[in-house]
Amino acid sequence: MGTPVKDITLPDNAPKTLLLQKHADYIAAYGNKKDDYEYIMTEYLRMNGMYWGLTALSLAGQLDRMDKKEVISFAKSCQTEGGGVACSVGHDPHMLSTLSAVQILTLYDAVDNLNVETLVSWVAGLQQDDGSFSGDKWGEVDTRFSFCAVACLSLLGRLDAINVDKAVDFVLSCMNFDGGFGCRPGSESHSGQIYCCVGLLAITGYLHKINTDQLGWWLCERQLPSGGLNGRPEKLPDVCYSWWVLASMAAIGRLHWIDKDKLRAFMLACQDEETGGFADRPGDMVDPFHTLFGLAGLSLLGDESVQPVNPVYCMPENIIRRLNLSTTDDAENS
Amino acid sequence: MSEGSSDETINSDTWVPYKDRPEWKDITPIPQDDGQEPVVQIAYSEKFKDVYDYFRAVVAKEEKTERVLQLTKDAADLNPANYSVWHYRRMVLQELDKDLKDEMRYITQVIEDHPKNYQVWHHRKVIVEWVEDPSKELDFTRKILRDDAKNYHAWQHRQWVLLTYNLFDKELEYVDTLIKEDLRNNSAWNQRHFVVSNTTGFTDDVVKREVKYAQDYIKKAPNNESSWNYLKGVLLDRKLSQYPGLKEFCQKLYDDSHRSPHLLACMVDTCEEMLELGCDKPEDVLQRALELCTALADEHDTIRGEYWQYMSRNLASKYGKEMPDEKS
Ligand SMILES: [Zn+2]
Repeated sequence: MGTPVKDITLPDNAPKTLLLQKHADYIAAYGNKKDDYEYIMTEYLRMNGMYWGLTALSLAGQLDRMDKKEVISFAKSCQTEGGGVACSVGHDPHMLSTLSAVQILTLYDAVDNLNVETLVSWVAGLQQDDGSFSGDKWGEVDTRFSFCAVACLSLLGRLDAINVDKAVDFVLSCMNFDGGFGCRPGSESHSGQIYCCVGLLAITGYLHKINTDQLGWWLCERQLPSGGLNGRPEKLPDVCYSWWVLASMAAIGRLHWIDKDKLRAFMLACQDEETGGFADRPGDMVDPFHTLFGLAGLSLLGDESVQPVNPVYCMPENIIRRLNLSTTDDAENS
Repeated sequence: MSEGSSDETINSDTWVPYKDRPEWKDITPIPQDDGQEPVVQIAYSEKFKDVYDYFRAVVAKEEKTERVLQLTKDAADLNPANYSVWHYRRMVLQELDKDLKDEMRYITQVIEDHPKNYQVWHHRKVIVEWVEDPSKELDFTRKILRDDAKNYHAWQHRQWVLLTYNLFDKELEYVDTLIKEDLRNNSAWNQRHFVVSNTTGFTDDVVKREVKYAQDYIKKAPNNESSWNYLKGVLLDRKLSQYPGLKEFCQKLYDDSHRSPHLLACMVDTCEEMLELGCDKPEDVLQRALELCTALADEHDTIRGEYWQYMSRNLASKYGKEMPDEKS
């Protein structure tokens, strides 16, 4: 009908090829700008930020540009006595930063720099009676934290520390009538939450509980005429949402339902030719967060200059393979 | 990236850094430990550094006093996403046994300035729990949703209040108003499902009412993803192809020349279900479904062409007479 779709148009002069080296340079320089206003303001995201940057560099095949020792000692110094890892020294531990720390150290094959025993029991201690997880000891329950807990323990080979069946049941209780998932039972379906829920089910081997065709349809409905994907109906396309949708589709084996050429064109258009890095949409300010998801998305779309990415852990596939972790149901493999 | 500031003390020219305040002389600030000391150049960052150096210092000595309450306010104002600040503030509030009505007023203001911040909503939730008074919450979230009808945090908070304090009485009315205002408001459609699920449930009568409700909105905008998803969601446990009047409803829209992908998709789903249930004249139904898939892939929903080709192959191989073996 008459109402125009909420979308953007790609500028004619937007980049059309991947500027991989520029992105690697942008990320490598970002970590060194410690006097930057933005750097100071994002202290509460430091560990997450390091994960975004380091993973982006790994996908570009240039992880060696960062000071490994410094990174490891930073992650180590953020682990608190109770086992959880804080976003930065002196902060409270949180599930998000704990997963980031484990991911970072996994990239370096150096998780034994953490006290794994206390970390595992800290994570397990945040599981609630209904199987859900909160993000810290005061915080909210959210399927995001269920994913963080399960991904983190799986990377450490310690899923035995929690009640996996209950964790799965809680996530399934957040499945909606449209096939998607929200952050708690009854919450609106949202691509970011879907990514987390699908990821949890992939790690635990319960993907068969998903109505794949219904969810796949909802996900591919997120693609707009510009080629970009949005996070919910009537929202603008965005590189990070494009990744979450794309990764979810890859996890349920429906990646081919997307118009890959159009999505690729959208993602490439979100690069900044001068500074390097990706923005949420063409012409906006770049940041490490969207840079990681831009590179990861292009990797899933088959760009061979980027290292293959694992859609569930959002880490290089070779690392996930080294750990022998499966993200597909055995039934689907056979 | 930068968050606007609401507190005038922090914006005004008369701002006095904590390090220059006599009443804070007893505290030695603790700088952020990030390796070497950052060289701060921007004035705003100087404020930031000053406030947070003192914040770290009071946390380290576990001071919970009136002045710390003000300090956490300044710290939260500079960065409302810093969850440690909010945690500490709550501990101070408890320690000092503060009047939480003031805190409610304060957090109301902060959320109005930063409605998309996770921590500020969480803070509000804790305060509501402490005072056990949810009476302002529906009006408050309504106000926030007036500015941004899809604010996920506001919807979360609202659902929590409705469920925890069983305040569903007028919620369906509210949802109805929102959908009237914007029939594409997916959050409102989701809320409708949430309310029905948690009150009457989807009994036969309710399903009848809700199907009609969705259909009325589909007629107004046949290409509205939300109303179609709601319609199919309401009928999830029932049979699309056997629901009275539904096939006719779709056919009527089709005959009126509507070619919304959602309409055609619903017709494909219906055909598929009929085939599954072993309908009469399966060849005709299959033929119809395949034509629809082709029309979607080639003309009406080209961006999802791969999906429609998959559907088409799937239906043909499941219900077609000759198996397309030789192709593979
Ligand atoms: Zn984004």
